[in-house]
Amino acid sequence: MALVRQTSPHARGPNSTQQVMKLVLLAAMPGLAMQTIFFGWGTLINVVWCVLIALASEALILKIRKRPLSFYLSDGTAMVTALLLALALPPLVPWWLTMIGVSFAIIIGKQLYGGLGNNPFNPAMLGYVLLLISFPAEMTQWLPPSGIEGHPPVNGFMEALNSIFPLFGQGVNVDAISMATPLDIVRENSSLTINELWAENPVLQSFGGKSWIWINVAYLAGGLFLLYRRVFTWHAPVGMLAALFIMSTLFWGGTGSASHGSPLFHLFSGATMLGAFFIITDPVSSATSVRGRLIFGGCIGVLVYVIRAWGGYPDGVAFATLLMNMAAPMIDYYTQPRTYGHDKPKKGLPKTD
Amino acid sequence: MEIFLYAIAALLALALVFGAILGFASIRFKVEGNPIVDQVNELLPQTQCGQCGFPGCRPYAEAIANGEPINRCPPGGQTTINALADLLDVEAEPLDAENGIEKPTMIAYIREDDCIGCTKCIQACPVDAILGAAKQMHTVMTDECTGCDLCVEPCPVDCIDMIAIDVTTRTWSWELPSKPSQGNLIATDLRGEEAA
Amino acid sequence: MNLPLKDITETTQQVTHKVWPLTGGVHPEENKHQSTGKPISKAAIPERLILPLSQHAGAPAEPIVAIGDKVLKGQMIAKAVGFVSVPVHAPTSGIVTAIDVHSIPHPSGMSDTCITIETDGKDEWCELKPIENHLSVEPSILVEHVRQSGIAGMGGAGFPTAVKLSPRSAIDTLILNGTECEPYITADDMLMRERADQIVSGASILMHLLKAKQCLIGIEDNKPEAVAAMKQATASNSTMSVAVFPTKYPSGGEKQLIQILTGQEVPSGKLPSDLGIAMQNVGTAAAVHQAVIHGKPLISRVTTLTGDALGDKKNLEVLLGTSVAELLKEANVNDRQLNTLVMGGPMMGFTLDDLTVPVVKTTNCLIAGSIQEFPASMPAQACIRCGMCAEVCPSSLLPQQLYWHAKAENLDQLKHHNLFDCIECGACSFVCPSSIPLVQYYRASKGTIRIQEAKNAKADRSKVRYESRQARLEQDQAEKEAKRKANAKKAAVLKAARESKSDIGSAEVDPVKAAIERAKAKKLAGGTSQPVKAVLSSEQKELKIQLSVANAQSKKIQRALAQVEASGEGDTTKLKSDIAILQAQAEKLQKEFDAAATASPEPSAKPPASADLKKLKVENAMAKAALKKAERALVKAQDENGDTVELQKTVDECRQKLENLTSLPVTGKPVAADRTKPVSDDQLKKLKIENAMAKAALKKAQRALDAADGDKAALETVVAEAGAKADAAAKELADHLA
Repeated sequence: MALVRQTSPHARGPNSTQQVMKLVLLAAMPGLAMQTIFFGWGTLINVVWCVLIALASEALILKIRKRPLSFYLSDGTAMVTALLLALALPPLVPWWLTMIGVSFAIIIGKQLYGGLGNNPFNPAMLGYVLLLISFPAEMTQWLPPSGIEGHPPVNGFMEALNSIFPLFGQGVNVDAISMATPLDIVRENSSLTINELWAENPVLQSFGGKSWIWINVAYLAGGLFLLYRRVFTWHAPVGMLAALFIMSTLFWGGTGSASHGSPLFHLFSGATMLGAFFIITDPVSSATSVRGRLIFGGCIGVLVYVIRAWGGYPDGVAFATLLMNMAAPMIDYYTQPRTYGHDKPKKGLPKTD
Repeated sequence: MEIFLYAIAALLALALVFGAILGFASIRFKVEGNPIVDQVNELLPQTQCGQCGFPGCRPYAEAIANGEPINRCPPGGQTTINALADLLDVEAEPLDAENGIEKPTMIAYIREDDCIGCTKCIQACPVDAILGAAKQMHTVMTDECTGCDLCVEPCPVDCIDMIAIDVTTRTWSWELPSKPSQGNLIATDLRGEEAA
Repeated sequence: MNLPLKDITETTQQVTHKVWPLTGGVHPEENKHQSTGKPISKAAIPERLILPLSQHAGAPAEPIVAIGDKVLKGQMIAKAVGFVSVPVHAPTSGIVTAIDVHSIPHPSGMSDTCITIETDGKDEWCELKPIENHLSVEPSILVEHVRQSGIAGMGGAGFPTAVKLSPRSAIDTLILNGTECEPYITADDMLMRERADQIVSGASILMHLLKAKQCLIGIEDNKPEAVAAMKQATASNSTMSVAVFPTKYPSGGEKQLIQILTGQEVPSGKLPSDLGIAMQNVGTAAAVHQAVIHGKPLISRVTTLTGDALGDKKNLEVLLGTSVAELLKEANVNDRQLNTLVMGGPMMGFTLDDLTVPVVKTTNCLIAGSIQEFPASMPAQACIRCGMCAEVCPSSLLPQQLYWHAKAENLDQLKHHNLFDCIECGACSFVCPSSIPLVQYYRASKGTIRIQEAKNAKADRSKVRYESRQARLEQDQAEKEAKRKANAKKAAVLKAARESKSDIGSAEVDPVKAAIERAKAKKLAGGTSQPVKAVLSSEQKELKIQLSVANAQSKKIQRALAQVEASGEGDTTKLKSDIAILQAQAEKLQKEFDAAATASPEPSAKPPASADLKKLKVENAMAKAALKKAERALVKAQDENGDTVELQKTVDECRQKLENLTSLPVTGKPVAADRTKPVSDDQLKKLKIENAMAKAALKKAQRALDAADGDKAALETVVAEAGAKADAAAKELADHLA
């Protein structure tokens, strides 16, 4: 009977990375469901396809790095990256586009930096931005959500499959049927008042745009579930949403033609809730301390609004996230908590003699 | 044509002004000596052993300031190389094996039976860590000995031994957790293990 | 067993003390119910007790008994060394059988000096000296008594209690730590339930000692019986109160408990005494009571024995020095199930793999864990920077940053993130989803930083010594230069003077030249090879002294005579006769001196045997070393295919010289060949030295041969020669011994 020599603590808590990832996947399900309901099977097919590509590229890199595959693949983080990217993409984007995006996200955005825990940027957002800049046409071809007259939705499974993988058959012509997102419409608008705009565009309904409200509510529900399960703290999401709310209130511009949209519009449209609860809460690339996360989230909210209102893209979550990822280390330097027994928290870098 | 001349004149004027400012600053704010040498010297372990090829730590510090590679000091080990790399913003190379290998610190010990009191080792010790006088017994003050090895050669009766210091329960400390067995197959991991 | 909380409040007689919340903290499974089923029982007296000399923080104690001594229970067997140290006492009567190195309960698994006592089973006490009227005695006497009773902190750190009781600031609050926040451990719980009176008595002694105004007893709310017992015991004392607070790990840490009970934080780098607070474990308080009231030193403690591999989980009052194996046997250990043995709690305790280690003053618990209870730690995954560790840290540190910098060995950043404020509670490792052993990194990094700082301090000292040595050498050099210059100047002046005077014709004689000539003359006259300044033997010295005395006396009398003659008074005849006598004496002495001078060359030419012998020995040793060096150089040159001819010649010369020297007889006369009757001791020594030298030379030559990868022929001959020499020397030695 050889006694084991181990270092303390000998008791372990119930947490594990797999558990955290599983909870995130679970919490994203309502949003995914909503997206499928409103935009058809495309998103779901994309999710499956992206997950496969993600696991394959991670396996490839792990093999090159001579690491054990099952140990590293089983932590579920590649799947979460793939899922988030697929959710952010338009439903009928071609297969090669998603493949490029996901493999870039995993290989360059994550494994090149050293694998899990070492990447400074959010891999999903990195992939998204690459696609957005490289393929602007495909990336802005959002489908009309179901329930709009004159625009029959793409409901069929085979239609969606064929659009994404043209090898299997003839799909729909996405060009012809695509419609701008609500954010896009409000941005492009410079002549009509908000009420007129709403009247004219069937895709805009109530305060968030038809379907988009539900999608965002679903993501909000998922996010609250994750908060309840203490997967992350409230600071980053609240920071972002609060900042976005404040910014959009300050710069509302009324209901005239120069309006940027109401706060509620901003909160429940586009990728706001997805971003607040699933993207900026990625622990690896965000700030470390809770105060830091609050600042991190707040700045993202500000940047999202700035890009939406005055920037070149309709939705700024991805760019805002990447910009703040770059700033996260500096936020860490200045938001160390005050240690027990010290008067003030330490700031900046250590002083060398 | 005039514009051409105006442009040249303007640039010339700017150049003269900035040149004057720089020249003035280089004289007015000149730093005497080379502070980098002091900073490098602070980081070296001060054993004055000469294993780096220079007669002492300060000469090596001066050489480093003139571009000498920083990986020549065995008593300092990888820690010193890393610190120097940080200070000088250069690459931290592994220790140059030509100069020696990183060994645990040794302390000199004089076998008193054999000592003849010739003071040759006292003259050799760079930190005056040997107590003694002519025809009197010599002994090493273990607290001050840096393990530089310079006293062993001069001793005509070869009575100095270099002994490694033992670890006791008071000086023992934990090791960093070992890298996971699966994850040490890439080049940086292997190098890391060598240096550890 | 556990009463619900509301029943407790019904028995409250005092107002519940205000408590503050703990920062961070976790809720591991308590696992305390297994060992609270039975009251504390006394462990059997084992056959052997092993007492480490260092069961506390600070300098180890020094033994004051010898092997074979009979000791009585409570007798001091090792005394404290210095201020931060405590003595060790014999836990029962018996005989000291060993004072040597034995494995001790230390995370390193190393061994240390221990005193072993074979018990005789009689358990006889020595004479006990309690302190009478302890409340009216000077505090310093009580502190010394506590020290001599061997009391150290029994909560786990083992800090000498007497040192804590001599704080540098005034204390107004004494806190008794009955928290016992770690899972599994119930020793303090049972102690509070059963011996609350002793604890309270100890507390009042401590309060008197420290002149504290109030005493707070901190207990977690998962120990309702203990709370009730302590409340009852303190009911009559208005300065003591029990403070109950919610169970959370690690509330029992000193800094954390102070925060919970007083809302204050101990400033970093300072002690609780700077806040006017002193903290002691309840077990220590009970020990103080035993020491002061009954005069019994610290020789036993309550230890919890628990874990799934034990059949009989309970709390035992254990004699210090009992081996862990004995205790496990007493608790019915199932050897097949036993997989991990932890000394201490599961969060901060360390594993043991040697069951012969003894129980010491700080052993509060032994957990005999099965593999299901303490499964092997999972391999660490990457840190996902989730921040859960930062949420639970009681010191509000950033464990994920500390981990990052610890892996990178970035010591500056570690210090910047306040690594040394970490109390190593393990809460961060407990919650880490990636199973990273965070606390291990911090412990290792703290050690690295301490070693590095010690090295830097030494390097600074060495630099100072080096620079002052350089300065001294330069000063010596400068002084020499100055002297040389001064001498040169003087010589130049003299020369100039001489040259100028030589024209005039010198009536003055050059003093140096004159002295030299005098010496030459003396030499010729003496006929011996003596140097200018004669070395006088003691006989000569005495004669000289007598001579000068006589001369001086005669001079005095001559002066007196002259005076008398001048003044015309007094008796001159006596003086004149005195002078005559003295002059005769002086002449005699001078003759004797001269005779001694001519006789003295003999003894001086025959130097004392010991000095000559020493000189020869020195020459011998030097020759040996020169030979060694020459051989080494030869071998090196041969390796490098350098010029070996010269070196070979040198080697041969050295060898020849050495042989000449060693063929000298020990009596010191430089005779060429035959030896006079040798003194056996010296001869033996010489042969031994030669033998050893020859062996060493052979070894070196062999080594060189092995190391060489070039031309081996020359080296092989060297080896052969050395071998032959070694054989010859060995044979001589053997012959001599035979």
